[in-house]
Amino acid sequence: MKVSVNWLKSLVDVDLSIDDLAHTLTMAGLEVEEIEPVAPPYEHIVVAEVKTVSPHPNADKLRVTEVDVGTGTLLQIVCGAPNVAVGMRVPCALVGAKLPGLEIRAATLRGIDSNGMLCSARELGISDEHAGLLTLAGDAPIGQDIREYLDLNDVYLTLKLTPNRGDCLSMVGIARDLAAVTGAKLNIPAIAPVAATISETRLATLSAGDACTQYLGRVIKNINTRAATPEWMKRRLERAGFRTIAPLVDITNYLTLERGRPMHAFDNDKLQGAINVRLATVGEEMNLLNEQHVLLKPDMLLIADSAGPIAMGGVMGGLESMVTDATTNVFFEAASFDPDVIQGKTRELGINSDAAYRFERGVDPHSPRDGIEYATALTIQICGTSDTQVGPITEAKIDAPAKPPVSVRIGRVSAVIGMTIASAEIVSILQRLQCTVVEVGASLLVSPPSYRFDLNIEADFIEEVARVYGYEKVPAIPPKSSVAIMASPEGSRSRAALRHQLADFGYQEVINYSFVAESWEVDFSANSSPVKLSNPIASHMSVMRTSLIGGLVSTLKSNLNRGESRLRLFEVGRCFNSAEATLEAQPERLGGLAFGALHAEQWGEDKAAKVDFFAVKGDLETLLSGSNARFEPFGLTSPHPALHPGRSAAIVIDGLAVGFLGELHPRLQQRYELPIAPVMFELAVSALSKQQSPHYQPISRMQAVRRDVAVIVNEKVAVQSMVDAVLALKLPHVIDFNIFDLYRGSNLAIGQKSLAFRIVMQDTASTLTDATSDETVGKIIKVMSEQYGATIRK
Amino acid sequence: MSDLKAILHEAKAALSALKNMPDLEQTKARFLGKSGSLTEQLKGLGKLSPEAKKSAGAAINEIKGQVEALINDAKARILNTELEAKLAAEAIDVTLPGRTSGVGGLHPVTRSLERIEALFATMGFSVADGPEIETDFFNFTALNTPENHPARSMHDTFYIEGSKNLLRTHTSPVQIRHMLDHQPPIRIICPGRVYRCDHDATHSPMFHQLEGLWVDEGISLADLKGTLTQFLNAYFERDDMQIRFRPSFFPFVEPGVEVDMEWGRVKTAKGDKIKWLEIGGAGVLHPEVLKAGGIDPEKYSGFAFGMGLDRLAMLKYGVNDLRLFFENDMKFLNQFR
Repeated sequence: MKVSVNWLKSLVDVDLSIDDLAHTLTMAGLEVEEIEPVAPPYEHIVVAEVKTVSPHPNADKLRVTEVDVGTGTLLQIVCGAPNVAVGMRVPCALVGAKLPGLEIRAATLRGIDSNGMLCSARELGISDEHAGLLTLAGDAPIGQDIREYLDLNDVYLTLKLTPNRGDCLSMVGIARDLAAVTGAKLNIPAIAPVAATISETRLATLSAGDACTQYLGRVIKNINTRAATPEWMKRRLERAGFRTIAPLVDITNYLTLERGRPMHAFDNDKLQGAINVRLATVGEEMNLLNEQHVLLKPDMLLIADSAGPIAMGGVMGGLESMVTDATTNVFFEAASFDPDVIQGKTRELGINSDAAYRFERGVDPHSPRDGIEYATALTIQICGTSDTQVGPITEAKIDAPAKPPVSVRIGRVSAVIGMTIASAEIVSILQRLQCTVVEVGASLLVSPPSYRFDLNIEADFIEEVARVYGYEKVPAIPPKSSVAIMASPEGSRSRAALRHQLADFGYQEVINYSFVAESWEVDFSANSSPVKLSNPIASHMSVMRTSLIGGLVSTLKSNLNRGESRLRLFEVGRCFNSAEATLEAQPERLGGLAFGALHAEQWGEDKAAKVDFFAVKGDLETLLSGSNARFEPFGLTSPHPALHPGRSAAIVIDGLAVGFLGELHPRLQQRYELPIAPVMFELAVSALSKQQSPHYQPISRMQAVRRDVAVIVNEKVAVQSMVDAVLALKLPHVIDFNIFDLYRGSNLAIGQKSLAFRIVMQDTASTLTDATSDETVGKIIKVMSEQYGATIRK
Repeated sequence: MSDLKAILHEAKAALSALKNMPDLEQTKARFLGKSGSLTEQLKGLGKLSPEAKKSAGAAINEIKGQVEALINDAKARILNTELEAKLAAEAIDVTLPGRTSGVGGLHPVTRSLERIEALFATMGFSVADGPEIETDFFNFTALNTPENHPARSMHDTFYIEGSKNLLRTHTSPVQIRHMLDHQPPIRIICPGRVYRCDHDATHSPMFHQLEGLWVDEGISLADLKGTLTQFLNAYFERDDMQIRFRPSFFPFVEPGVEVDMEWGRVKTAKGDKIKWLEIGGAGVLHPEVLKAGGIDPEKYSGFAFGMGLDRLAMLKYGVNDLRLFFENDMKFLNQFR
């Protein structure tokens, strides 16, 4: 809402500087976003009349004029504007005037003396119009300062009003609140009733229950709708952001702006019979005055005549019944519409309506009669003719039960705000807000003024007291609380701990959008039915991700384009398996990516070595060391869609797949134009959050025995399966069994590999004898040879 | 006797010139070996009278002791020289950089969040979490914003196709979910990703919010101001920063406030004037919201606040463009290691 300071100060008697006024409004909850003077601070620009215009002897595009600026002597001024003409009145900057970026001096232009400048609107800084001189009205007083004539000594405040303050969507509303907050006196001009001169009426029936409880109307006949809207009204409307159209529309808009009272003007000759206010029936349709055709729904409120809908009540009038410059008889409507029946309609229909904007926030039910009287007076003033006739105001009304007053406990006010405010002060504040207050013991019975739709419960009034008393006075009380230790189980690992561990491994955290391109879901998760947004911001952000891989690949790519060559990335974020609003459907996942050289570039390391599956697997094994995680091949039959089928593994904890690790599939590497395939992983955060809590095992004092065994097996045998087979024997003394070397080479047959295993044995009670050790090793070799065809390597 | 002196003199000369252990062993044998000059001297004692033997023996042993001491000194000197040579040969250029597996780091927003979680933990706040695809009920209706309420237009909401659900526009639904599962006293912060369909220089369609909730008996607007004053001072590592409340409107709080914090001062003729910076919204919980959370608004009251987590990080680290947080340019992210 844009507010003229001059106008506001005429309505309320505040003596504040612009800055203090803005601060006062902001601190009252009517936030001032912008302070803007109507025009830059120039002077010595006056109204002038062009007396003569003659061609410039030395320039085709220039003219030589003589203008009257009211000094008794004509000024010769060279002018380049195409619209300059004898008899027109224009703004004239006199010698000495300072315009933005320009000081007017007596000058000679192509050999002709020029003593001033005739101005366009843009040169005055009041609009962008610069096609020609600003044409002033024919009765503009010659010699008058232009600031005075065009009312340029004004400042506009742009208020950012919150949705609860529908009562402040007008000049009078803001003045009223300013008066309450400052205690200043209101000077709202009274509205004088206009007596009827004829008896013609158009009666209305209310058939929509609470949706419309009041409908006032008046017929005015024989008016001139081709009359011009007066400059003062145009100026006020335009500076507040309303378009000026034609006098009757401008008058209803002006009532909206000044009084917050939306009205509608119908061409009375286009209406048939009486008005009925009712809800639409299924199948009804109408054309709105913005030429939009709408199919009406049964929750939409209609103003109808005997032929059908003529307006959507409180939203917009109909096309056929709207006033035009051919209108001579008008029917004014002023009604009370329930916010509930208006809310959401403009959004549903995709239209803008100043009336609906106000009705959905609440419009004063006491204002229709004043509205009609004011509109009548303005219509007579602007469009009146000697034949103009005014009908009586008709009113259809459903008496709504009066709302009971709200009980406000005086003690509660102080308790909620956190400071003591005396009851007399509370009463005074509420009364300044035009509330009716009755003291009953320790409580107040409060009724809000009719225009405050936001004051309904005790808390609403407490807020008003705080607001007017001053939020700046609320003390900051150091918090006090009952003390309780927060649970922090050792077996759970925080996300912070996870993140720090990955960062310590050399991974950089990134944050990618949760919405991705639909193609990513297909490429990286083989997901053809992702959760889609109905209103995405762009097609590449249209579906919810089920994997973090796409974002990581995209981050990799953008950084490669920026010249990076080695990256380790990770992200922690939710993935969206369905549209259900549960945490289970939106599991949090940890994804990572490693790309480029194995080692950060440095001296003494192999610069050719690239990061591979096992480098990242090592990081994950460390991360997962508190669990029984296993890496199991996906196999060629059920590969992961994003990963190289022969170089990827599912990560399984206690039989449950919790993630995956592998090289990006070569096909995707190519599609996403990556020079080599990154190694990628993803894990359920829930699986990482649980850790085994340590539990002490007795330490054996006996000497441990280590034996190394090297075997040759077929290349296809998975090492993990051999380790599993050996561990499954549950040999009593084996405390460690694992591979420590892998060899492939020319001295082995093709398709064979050599594996070296470490066997560590220990007894808790005595030192192991050679015989016992030999026996254990023998059992291990037997299993390996029987199940995997392993032969001892000599 | 002159022989002995000559031997001692000869030993001194021989040992002082020695440079390595083999030469030392050889020299040692020359004097003390089986046919060494001092050994020969001792062998010659047998020819002497007992008196002469006694004095001559003492003289020989005296010299022998001195020669042995000289040999030990020489040995120590040679070993030391050899060690020094070895150490010199083994020296490395300690100014070469150490070997590293690369340096990672946290995203600046996470980095700030971890600090914030730790600061609130000291005041007894725990962290609560909730779904990011939310129901209309938890995101709006339970927060006293029924369907078609004009306040809904304050949020540009992303909706899910074929579902009534939406992407949460704030983390407030977490507060309702938490209240339904817990009774007061409740002290939580709810950080997380939120979504609004708005994309320009100062808006990202996804950003992070930090909300907080305290419900107990007798919680007031002044407690809210105290809590936020302490938090913002601690977060920005200040101790005298002021905060200011301005009336505002959020359907789920009443009184509702806009929170401004002191962000520098300007000198004016009337003294220092505080420059205020809007940092978030807050207020005393609306009774309807407590009811939606299953809490009796007559017995308990509470406050809630919400701030932009990204904005807190921007202010702390001097980042001037929100979009940098989501571009994931390593040149940007590397600065927060």
